[in-house]
Amino acid sequence: MKYTEEHEWLDADDGVITVGITEHAAEQLGDVVFVDLPDVGQTVTKGEEIVVIESVKAASDIMAPLDGDIVEVNTALADTPGLVNEDAQAAWFFKMTTPTPEEMEEMMDEDQYKDFIA
Amino acid sequence: MPDALLPLALGLLHQDLNARMVPFAGYEMPVQYEAGVMAEHLHTRTKAGLFDVSHMGQILVKGRGSAAALERLMPMSVLDLAEGRQRYGLLTLPSGGVADDLMFANRGDDLFLVVNGAMKHQDLQMLAAGLPDQTVHLLSDRALLALQGPQAEDVLAALVPATSQMRFMDVIAVTWNGADLWISRSGYTGEDGFEISVPNGMADIFARTLLSDARVLPIGLGARDSLRLEAGMPLYGQDLSPQTTPVEAGLAWAIQKVRRSGGAREAQFPGADRILAELDHGAQRRRVGLRPEGRAPMRAGVRLFDSATSETPIGAVTSGGFGPSLGVPIAMGYVAAPVPSDAPLWGEVRGKRLPVSQTSLPFYAPQYKR
Repeated sequence: MKYTEEHEWLDADDGVITVGITEHAAEQLGDVVFVDLPDVGQTVTKGEEIVVIESVKAASDIMAPLDGDIVEVNTALADTPGLVNEDAQAAWFFKMTTPTPEEMEEMMDEDQYKDFIA
Repeated sequence: MPDALLPLALGLLHQDLNARMVPFAGYEMPVQYEAGVMAEHLHTRTKAGLFDVSHMGQILVKGRGSAAALERLMPMSVLDLAEGRQRYGLLTLPSGGVADDLMFANRGDDLFLVVNGAMKHQDLQMLAAGLPDQTVHLLSDRALLALQGPQAEDVLAALVPATSQMRFMDVIAVTWNGADLWISRSGYTGEDGFEISVPNGMADIFARTLLSDARVLPIGLGARDSLRLEAGMPLYGQDLSPQTTPVEAGLAWAIQKVRRSGGAREAQFPGADRILAELDHGAQRRRVGLRPEGRAPMRAGVRLFDSATSETPIGAVTSGGFGPSLGVPIAMGYVAAPVPSDAPLWGEVRGKRLPVSQTSLPFYAPQYKR
């Protein structure tokens, strides 16, 4: 499991990377009431805002953590946005493939992320 | 430290309650507590919520002729307000726009005003200039709490029995453990409830005593905003401003007949020409409730269109978000008067036109004890 400074978690498995937001981020956002997901097949650029999350307080974005293609989205979140608050680690947003998987090695591991938010 | 945010009487309590504090109207105020906005909102609708609203301005007006003088600043009947009663009021500008909205109460010996925190210093200047022969005093020695919800009466009456006899918009002064409490039966949530002015030195113990009742949770400004939005109440600075008139804002109900054309004390307030003309002939736009048809909230600033393709907006959202009691996004905003009230609209959210329907306000029917 890897983490970004934008409070995303990335879990790579057999070339497919699952992306969600951390518990810390979900707690900061507050109750999530709306999630707008990217399209399956969409080609994304690292840093591009590809998910909109609206909480009771405000709107925020999730950026693509890497260049690549969206291969699957978690449609359950569109119907039940509160899943993000129930278990942020289980409530993944999208799965992607990337031509630059080696960039993940530069990202924080769990201990580094814990220090980052401390 | 000129930029320091001012702490208020209940700062220590908020710290003990693990509140998330934000800058608001020049103060550090609690936006939410541990329960979170959604749970705090729903708790207020079913039990009782305690709000610290000490950022608001508490103003005392004293002296012979105060009521008549105040009528020169507001299109309200102040002279007819009975002792022990409170009314909603609007300070107006010569343009017909709204300078602030407020509550004013006749306490017999004085008039007690509660105004918006961000506007209180400007209001004070306006009042002092308009009431040169009276004294106008912005109080800094009192906190303001609100206890709101269907169980607010039972909770408060256990401490102050006289409150159970109050009707909506009654005001009383009572003593609790030596503290002089000024209580009104009113609020900003759509629920039955009370607003309680308490001396700073007694605010902490009074608030902790209320919170010791298992029915009471502390509620932050986040839930206060979603509660008032469901109740269709305008927020000054968003839904009301110098650019909106009382008639456009749908607040004509607050202008008593005696101040309207043909009334015994008609006109003679700032902006009377425009406001009375709008009462008789209608305004150019109107405040409406808005119900986005999808799940995406439409927040303040979202432009409204009368078709999916038209280029000229016919209005804009001024407050919007999610209504926890309704489970759907809700908003309010202004729409040009010629647009039929049942016309479907589109709001532009992140470059996309999303359908939104107009609705009457409020979204949530008030539960006042009349």
